[in-house]
Amino acid sequence: MADFPENLKYTTEHEWLDESTPAVIGVTDVAAEALGDVVYLELPDVGATVEAGAVVGEIESTKSVSELYTPVSGTITEVNAEAVDNPELVNQDPYGKGWLFKVEVTGAGELLTAAQYAAHTGS
Amino acid sequence: MGEDRKTPLHEEHVALGASMTPFGGWLMPLRYTSDLAEHRAVREAAGLFDLSHMGNIKVTGPDAAAFLDHALVGYISKVREMGARYSMICAEDGSVLDDLIVYRLAAGEYSVIANAANAELVLGKLQERTADFDVVLKDVQAGQALIAVQGPRAAEIMLATAGLVEDAEISGGTAFADLKYYACLRMRFEGEPVLVGRTGYTGEDGFEIWVSADKAVALWRALLTAGEPLGLVPAGLSARDSLRLEAGMPLYGHELDTTTTPFEAGMGRVVRLDKVSDDGTPLPFVGRDALAARKESAPARVLVGLRGEGRRPARADYDVVRRGAGTEPGTVVGRVTSGAPSPTLGHPIAMAYVTPEVSAEGSELAVDVRGRAEPFVVVPMPFYRRPQN
Repeated sequence: MADFPENLKYTTEHEWLDESTPAVIGVTDVAAEALGDVVYLELPDVGATVEAGAVVGEIESTKSVSELYTPVSGTITEVNAEAVDNPELVNQDPYGKGWLFKVEVTGAGELLTAAQYAAHTGS
Repeated sequence: MGEDRKTPLHEEHVALGASMTPFGGWLMPLRYTSDLAEHRAVREAAGLFDLSHMGNIKVTGPDAAAFLDHALVGYISKVREMGARYSMICAEDGSVLDDLIVYRLAAGEYSVIANAANAELVLGKLQERTADFDVVLKDVQAGQALIAVQGPRAAEIMLATAGLVEDAEISGGTAFADLKYYACLRMRFEGEPVLVGRTGYTGEDGFEIWVSADKAVALWRALLTAGEPLGLVPAGLSARDSLRLEAGMPLYGHELDTTTTPFEAGMGRVVRLDKVSDDGTPLPFVGRDALAARKESAPARVLVGLRGEGRRPARADYDVVRRGAGTEPGTVVGRVTSGAPSPTLGHPIAMAYVTPEVSAEGSELAVDVRGRAEPFVVVPMPFYRRPQN
């Protein structure tokens, strides 16, 4: 069943955001479920400046490819190298070990609360 | 387009939590849990598939064998009783209308198994070709289900399945233990005859079972109950696609279509130009002249296997390009027809049509993966061959 931790913010592109410093970003279990088994991650370069809503990478599953967006603007401070080596972490632990990248935030796009995201996904 | 049809096992899939997807006019299970887990189960133990969407056309009559020799490219009259043959139905111009499996059930009685999306077309084309033959065609799909058990433990599972028993009186002459690859026999399930073929689309040993729609749920459950302790899991279309790709088997709509003859697809062996009539003269069959000419001419493109040297898989419809120094895609030399990360081999694999000059084994090419040239090399198919013991 879908699980949306209350302490996180969400986007309509099925990303989650932990608003710590730097912010941590990943994809929700709804996204992980829809993708199927994730086999390849293309993450942004550390040091890159990104704009909220921009495509910063790709998530590839056995059957399909999806674009990865950033929900916030800022500078990429770290990417999850363990998840790049073991993309199945995105399926196994999307809110934990399957996190994707961290951003030193300068601005945010439109973010949803857990309840709003749940309403958006209809779950 | 109407609503997608549901197989007699639909409620089972829903109860098992399957993600359902439209496929060839049917609503079919895409996966139950994980594509990779289902794929690996088939390679290591066994998978259970609902294939009830496949078309099933019964051909009966005194001219059934001669009719199929005329309508299909294969030498169907040579198939022995309770034997099966992979074949194709082509248009007059030699293009492939569908790939098929033909079972000979008795003298003058055959089953033609067509792809779901082509079933209606195949029935229509066959009907058009019956003019000079004493045969009757009947679409028998509706009353039946087709369930496949595929994997190294498939035979064990069949033997352990409650209610599924041999009956020498109806078997057609073979014992289950002696059933050869591409042959079939009749067994009984809960008293009712079922047809069991040792055929499949996964590259593993396995069986395909035709059962009446009434008994389909009971057989599905009996197979799962018997098989679960041996590692059997229900498997969806997603695993079926990655399994057949590893096994180098074509999928209609990808490697085969109406712009392709069997020769480009590397399947020229199914075209039997050596078919002869009773008096020894060459047997005319639909597509013969075009195919005979095509066999002698140099192909404009050929189907090859590609192995990815990086981690990013190629997907259907991506361009195959010449490899350059950097990541800039070079000149287009072909197109990918199927591609995926191979769960068994751990690297990307793909099938592609390429121009003949770059088709040799070892040829270093690239695929334009969304603007970036990813290195691929031409390798022989199948990509995966099951261990023989």
